[in-house]
Amino acid sequence: MVKPHTDATRPPPVAGSQRPFDLQPEVSPRFSRLIGDRVVRFAEDVLGEDIDAKIARIRTHHNETGHDPFGFDPDTTRYVLAGAALLHRYYFRTEVHGIENVPGDGRLLVIANHSGQVPLDGVMIATALMMDADPPRFPRSMVEKWTAELPFVSVLFPRVGQVVGSPSNARRLLENEESLVVFPEGARGISKTFDKRYQMTPFGLGFMRLALETNTPIVPVAVVGAEEQYPSMGDIKPLAKLLGMPAFPIIPQLFVGMLAPLPTKYRLYFGEPLRFEGDPDDDDAVVEEKVWTVRTAIESMLQRGLEAREGVFF
Amino acid sequence: MGVVGDESNTNPPSKRSRPRARRGAPSVPPPPAVDAADEALQDPDADEERGAVLVTGICGRLGKLLVRELHRTERVVGIDRRRFPDKPKDVVHYQVDVRRKKTRDIFRTEGVRAVVHLGVLHDPRVGERERHNWNIVAFQKILDYIVEYEVEKLVVLSSAAVYGPHADNPQFLPEDAPLLGAQGFGAIRDLIELDMLAQSFFWRHPQTETVILRPCHILGGVRNAASNYLRLERPLTVLGFDPMMQAIHEKDVVRALEHALRPGAKGIFNLRGAGELPLSRMFRKLGTSPIPIPGALATGMLDRLFRYHLSSFPAPELDHLRYVCMVDDTRAREVLGFTPKYDLDQTIEAVVSPRAWVAAR
Repeated sequence: MVKPHTDATRPPPVAGSQRPFDLQPEVSPRFSRLIGDRVVRFAEDVLGEDIDAKIARIRTHHNETGHDPFGFDPDTTRYVLAGAALLHRYYFRTEVHGIENVPGDGRLLVIANHSGQVPLDGVMIATALMMDADPPRFPRSMVEKWTAELPFVSVLFPRVGQVVGSPSNARRLLENEESLVVFPEGARGISKTFDKRYQMTPFGLGFMRLALETNTPIVPVAVVGAEEQYPSMGDIKPLAKLLGMPAFPIIPQLFVGMLAPLPTKYRLYFGEPLRFEGDPDDDDAVVEEKVWTVRTAIESMLQRGLEAREGVFF
Repeated sequence: MGVVGDESNTNPPSKRSRPRARRGAPSVPPPPAVDAADEALQDPDADEERGAVLVTGICGRLGKLLVRELHRTERVVGIDRRRFPDKPKDVVHYQVDVRRKKTRDIFRTEGVRAVVHLGVLHDPRVGERERHNWNIVAFQKILDYIVEYEVEKLVVLSSAAVYGPHADNPQFLPEDAPLLGAQGFGAIRDLIELDMLAQSFFWRHPQTETVILRPCHILGGVRNAASNYLRLERPLTVLGFDPMMQAIHEKDVVRALEHALRPGAKGIFNLRGAGELPLSRMFRKLGTSPIPIPGALATGMLDRLFRYHLSSFPAPELDHLRYVCMVDDTRAREVLGFTPKYDLDQTIEAVVSPRAWVAAR
């Protein structure tokens, strides 16, 4: 009647201690055998890097069952990381600068400019943190609430460590000494039209209040190259509203059948960690000043990056 | 709100007859003064001043489990419309409707020290009118008697379902999260109103220690939606959704109720079992393979199945299979001092063990 499961004999792990995940297959074994493992092996061969070793170094705050309470699953993540690493190295040929500024452990907020219609900038930052930082930092990012309503996406996102954006979730993760990627521009930033490229939209203040409350260092990141991946000519607002999406961009390349993003060259600039002190419940004006410091740091790296690059694709 | 008839064999009630046990027909209780004196004479160690613990809905699975734990150390009085065939000898059971006048007599004559309110009707098949009346009127009456007879303690078993499963829920809901459960599922409104009544009672009558417990899905021999669902051979799931789930063992809930009965405990407490897992993992542990159905189709299908009495799950409950509704139990750990004893494997297995037992018989 009840099939005995393998880990019944294992003593229940103590909640909260940091330990590596045992890689239990979450995805169906058949899929894992047929496709998943091949992708990982292929990526490892091509990249010459050990993806499983990177995954094994991830430390998260697991619950009593040895599972991540937010749904992170190392087994799904290795497939996704393998794919993302290929994109990172060969499609976008990402140049990563200043990755040594990322602290190896402890709570961390990674704040970046947001662009490109599809959050591939987030994927590339996350991949850089996993593949280029030493030790690898497993980043969580705060995603839009409506992604939790989309079938399959609602499963995939938590499995690879994405968390629905809410202050209490962020606080909990930071208190567990995890790293968090936040785009304070949110949907405003990502759905900018092409004529407004590299002009940052106003930053939200939530991330700064969070940093003050939890005493978390902030690493500013400038992303150059994401703006040109899906140039958008306009935004049909009524249609977006109808579909319950943050924006409905008009992307010309989709009309000629090019679904993939343009192979622009990504350049990521990681700045030195910034630390702030103060009252998290202070007036907006006071918090805004601190947010401004972060914004200027990103802005200046962005300008330097734009000046340094010679072409969008090279 | 049914009873699974497996109690007597799995855990026989105590045969020890106690001097404090009440004699005679329960419907005609002896006058309390004489009784107290009588008890003091026979059992000098017992503090005769201590009143009884009144358990409403005592014939439910949780009520029976609670009584089995309590009756050795406390005088237990039960009220339920149902019969209590295998009750321990020293428990007094009144087979009455809580809304009847008789309830007042019970409060007057039994010297009630604490009330544990388990008599909440969740059955979606019962008409809305009757269910609402039963849940709210009965509870309001109990609150009135608590004030009138200066009962020291009130423990209410609410549920984490009062928060409701929503896409924008934080992963762990604190006790002060808004009770939005009825947003998608009207039938939960009773429970929310009951919870709110208890909350306002907490503030209006500080002399009574009010405890509201909001456990996540209770699993075990209980016949609630979560356990019934996990007992299915081929359960339906919503295609493309696999939320993280919490579950608590029924006996852990009983332990939490005991914690809540301790003097000094008051307030609202979320209860969580040991750990959380994706729903698919729970099925894997049970060895069942669910049938995933696209969301839009599932709602319509389940709605029809429910209407034709082919399924006992109302369609809005599907949201529990889509979105997270998990609670933060920090307060229960730190303030109430309650930590779950059963791990998640045992909790999930508790769902099928009665079925296995019935099959073996």
